Amino acid sequence: MKSKSLVSIDQCSKEDILRILDNAAKFEENPNRRLLEGKVAATLFFEPSTRTRLSFETAVNRLGGRVIGFQDASTTSSSKGETLKDTILMVSNYADLIIMRHYLEGAARYASEVTQIPIINAGDGANQHPSQTMLDLYSIRKTQGKLENLTITMVGDLKYGRTVHSLIVGMSHFNPTFHFVAPDELRMPDEQKNFCDKHGLKYYEHTDFTEDIINQSDILYMTRVQRERFTDLEEYERVKNVYILKNAMLANSKDNLRILHPLPRVNEIAYDVDDNPKAYYIQQARNGLFARQAIICEVLGISID
Amino acid sequence: MSAAKNNKELQVAAIENGTVIDHIPSNQLFKVASLLELDKMEGNTITIANNLPSKKCGFKGMIKISDKFFNDDEISRIALVAPNVILNIIRNYEVVEKKRVALPDEIIGLVKCNNPKCITNNEPMPTRFEVIDKEAGTIKCHYCERKINKDDIIIK
Repeated sequence: MKSKSLVSIDQCSKEDILRILDNAAKFEENPNRRLLEGKVAATLFFEPSTRTRLSFETAVNRLGGRVIGFQDASTTSSSKGETLKDTILMVSNYADLIIMRHYLEGAARYASEVTQIPIINAGDGANQHPSQTMLDLYSIRKTQGKLENLTITMVGDLKYGRTVHSLIVGMSHFNPTFHFVAPDELRMPDEQKNFCDKHGLKYYEHTDFTEDIINQSDILYMTRVQRERFTDLEEYERVKNVYILKNAMLANSKDNLRILHPLPRVNEIAYDVDDNPKAYYIQQARNGLFARQAIICEVLGISID
Repeated sequence: MSAAKNNKELQVAAIENGTVIDHIPSNQLFKVASLLELDKMEGNTITIANNLPSKKCGFKGMIKISDKFFNDDEISRIALVAPNVILNIIRNYEVVEKKRVALPDEIIGLVKCNNPKCITNNEPMPTRFEVIDKEAGTIKCHYCERKINKDDIIIK
């Protein structure tokens, strides 16, 4: 990687991604490896995110490291007006690694510039969340046996959904075909489409979520359509039930199709899909542990046999 | 064109040594003056003209500053608001050099990020932008990755 910190997925080359995924596979075989013996990781969650924090802390614990940190900035000195820089420098005195989540965009990049120890970005506002992308890529490769030449359909909120934007960047090395399915108000922004054009990635846009599109797909990446994203609430009422996946819609889908979702889901995947073997979102979250173990070792320069 | 008419149109006196900044869009003139910190300049004679007819852009502004030669750093600041400006370097009443302003690759500490949730708007730190399209004047925040078009750029 260009830096020893992981701030954004676009700093990872194809080789970086493949190396991290290979290491994640080793952790799936055996997650308990005492590679962080004697090391301290700080999890600084300036914004609460239970799922991500537990996943990272489990990763450190299973690697034999110790964890310090906080899960809510209101109990720390940042609520007294301490700058992020001072908090990061203070924690850098104690820890070998900082895993941080912040509500401000660019916070992780700034942190990586002020400290000598590695930073892992566990989400900075609506900006980046690279460990989510890494676990998405891991889940795709694991379920498809490859990353190359896949058809990936993204459904729901493609405008604000940072996970889909980062997944486009992560997949860009592997010649994907994308289908973007979203209501007009939440369609894929020009910036991401320009990125696809620049990298020669094929993509098709749809406003209807049809079986025809599902049947072409290898991966169905569902996201949540949130009411608060709409300026026009009538529009929300009109589309809220259009982007819901129901089990019956999967009747003629490919055998290798798998359904991913960054979670939490609300109603965009009907509960009758859960029992379909093509539903993969719960295992996907489990893969986050292995991906994060691999990322932690990557930024600390620890090799895995 | 007769010499008499020419004289009538010569509304601003020539300078002996210094810099003439020409082709400033009229609506950016005072921003340019402020970016060059002309208000803090002492001792130099400064002439500012605005709404002069221009063949290129309708109306233009012009600034003449005696005995002042800008360095590239100072010049690149004005490229943000007036990318087509020409600087005429005058020595002994002659134009000895014409400089076009050019956007630098990176702009540090000069522009405010438009994103209220950007770390740079919440932490005492300099902003940093990459110029991603010099033609269009599009810049991108190094921290929050927000892209800002030329017309939306806010100078700090």
